[in-house]
Amino acid sequence: MLSIKNLHASIEGNEILRGINLEVKAGEIHAIMGPNGSGKSTLASVLAGREEYEVTEGEVTFKGKDLLDLAPEDRAREGVFLAFQYPVEIPGVSSTNFLRTAVNQVREYRGLEPLDAVKFLTLMKEKMKLVEIDQKLLSRSLNEGFSGGEKKRNEIFQMAMLEPTLSILDETDSGLDIDALRIVSNGVNQLKSEKTATIVVTHYQRLLDYIVPDFVHVLYKGRIVKSGTKELAMELEEKGYDWIKEEVDSQATV
Amino acid sequence: MSTLTKQDSFSSLIEAAPKNFESVRTLAKVSYLAQGLPAVKAEEYKFTNISKKLEQKITDFSPALPFAVTAEHVKSAVYEGFDGDILVFANGNFLPELSAKIEGIEVSLLSEKSELALGSIAKPGKDAFAALNQATFQDGIFISVPKKAQVEKPILLLSFDQANGGQLIQPRVWIEVGDLSEVTFIDQSISLGESSYFVNEVVEVKGGVSSHVHYYRIQNEGKNVIEVSTIEADIQKDSTFNSVNISLSGDMVRNNLNLNLVGSNSEGNMYGIYLLNGKTHVDNHTNVDHTIPHAESNELYKGILADQSRGVFNGKIFVRQDAQKTNAFQQNNNILLSEDATVNTKPQLEIWADDVKCSHGCTVGQLDEEALFYLQARGIDKLQAKGLLLHAFAGEVLEKIKTESFREYCDSLIQERLGSKF
Repeated sequence: MLSIKNLHASIEGNEILRGINLEVKAGEIHAIMGPNGSGKSTLASVLAGREEYEVTEGEVTFKGKDLLDLAPEDRAREGVFLAFQYPVEIPGVSSTNFLRTAVNQVREYRGLEPLDAVKFLTLMKEKMKLVEIDQKLLSRSLNEGFSGGEKKRNEIFQMAMLEPTLSILDETDSGLDIDALRIVSNGVNQLKSEKTATIVVTHYQRLLDYIVPDFVHVLYKGRIVKSGTKELAMELEEKGYDWIKEEVDSQATV
Repeated sequence: MSTLTKQDSFSSLIEAAPKNFESVRTLAKVSYLAQGLPAVKAEEYKFTNISKKLEQKITDFSPALPFAVTAEHVKSAVYEGFDGDILVFANGNFLPELSAKIEGIEVSLLSEKSELALGSIAKPGKDAFAALNQATFQDGIFISVPKKAQVEKPILLLSFDQANGGQLIQPRVWIEVGDLSEVTFIDQSISLGESSYFVNEVVEVKGGVSSHVHYYRIQNEGKNVIEVSTIEADIQKDSTFNSVNISLSGDMVRNNLNLNLVGSNSEGNMYGIYLLNGKTHVDNHTNVDHTIPHAESNELYKGILADQSRGVFNGKIFVRQDAQKTNAFQQNNNILLSEDATVNTKPQLEIWADDVKCSHGCTVGQLDEEALFYLQARGIDKLQAKGLLLHAFAGEVLEKIKTESFREYCDSLIQERLGSKF
């Protein structure tokens, strides 16, 4: 589904990603872990199409298409979803209007009829249950005055509404209490299928107790330096990132 | 020196002015001649060189004559959903035969009210253009709302302007609102044709005690219109005056809005949007004068500027020594969509009282890129995402319009503008 080859990206002249290689197939969950500043969020941002980042080398194909060639909105319409680390508050834009615009633009791109108000509300009600989100929240401006947990739940709710094939969760767990973490993870687990894939970007192993990954990759200094299964995540939880840093840094000095 | 030539042109206009309101006109004439047209360095017109603009664009310094407006014109010009009474004007001249007779409200030509103290609210000494209007206006309209009248439906002041050859249109409006009354006015002008002309409007509002006046204004005239307006109101005890001004078009527009809070527990609210493109230049100068204790003023103007447009905001708040317990809030926010667009914003607070709450702030920025990306990342195309954000930005002002049909009309004009290439 997603194929990343030798991806290099920089921001304001600083190279953050230095040759990422990653293959994600339908039905898989990949966890990307790593210490702060290793490039995890940059990778998520580059995949979603954030303009500040400049891709200097490499290629990314998504369902056979050159992903890097697509505008952010077209990536979303193709089925890439980024759950933001810091969801943006947008005063004056109602959550419901925003979602309806988004859903219908995505549907139009996929050759589907737009949803009328009734069908849209029915779909909304159904998906709201998934993330236990309150109707009251959605009658407010988008994310405005939401707590951290509410914002993250709203991200997963939007994901449920847009039905992506590839979901990228960028530190969705950071700042969540156990209860919110459980709700968010439940939502993600219920949405996964044989046809979809998920990339979970996280600093902590904790989330992976709830969303069990098929593969775990460790990102450090802009490269994937170690890949394994969920046991790798356990090892990281126990030993921290220092041993990996040492391993990589000693190789670099040789 | 060229400005002087214009002054001479206006002087001949003064000589040819109608003979009624003699003392009122003489006073204004003296005031106008003493002030002259604003010079290039005039502080109040620093960013809006209207004198030069008139120099370039106005060729004929005679009043534009009334012309035949038909019922069809009116019908096609009134916005969809409007439910109220319409007063029709042609080049500033009131057309009684096309206008509604509104029950309980007196409407007459100013020339029939020669005893009126015109200029006692919008004093000619404050501004040369107000003085020019007062010295030379052809005729105007007098509107009086009696005491204890809840005028439920809005009154639309609908002006048709067609001044070929760059002539002058000088509407003059006097509104009286009785004690305990409430009324809503919508002020709208329609340009017939694309020619350049100069509108110099003065509206004076004399509110009663415990009266509530809503004055909404939309400026969406021809691209070549040059306009100066002065709206001034005295706000009495327990009264409110709500002004919302939406500017969407024109060549050079200067709006002077002056609210005088003269009775305690009075409230003056000033809201505005300027959504500009091309080379349109819109200058909003507002002035709220707190002269008594326990009064409140609120102000929010928002600007969205594309292309080479220019916005000017100057908000003066005076809090006189006696005006203790004043609440005065002012905010001006701007979004520039182009490198060539300009905003000059200046809050100006002069406070002599010591027990007051006043705040002001102004911002000039670009569209929030992070918010834009967020919307795009959900599949919304960039143009539409921009439109959503800008519409939300303007929405805070739009919601101040209490007349639903008019709010929706303004909203649709704004949405239409934001949805296009802008």
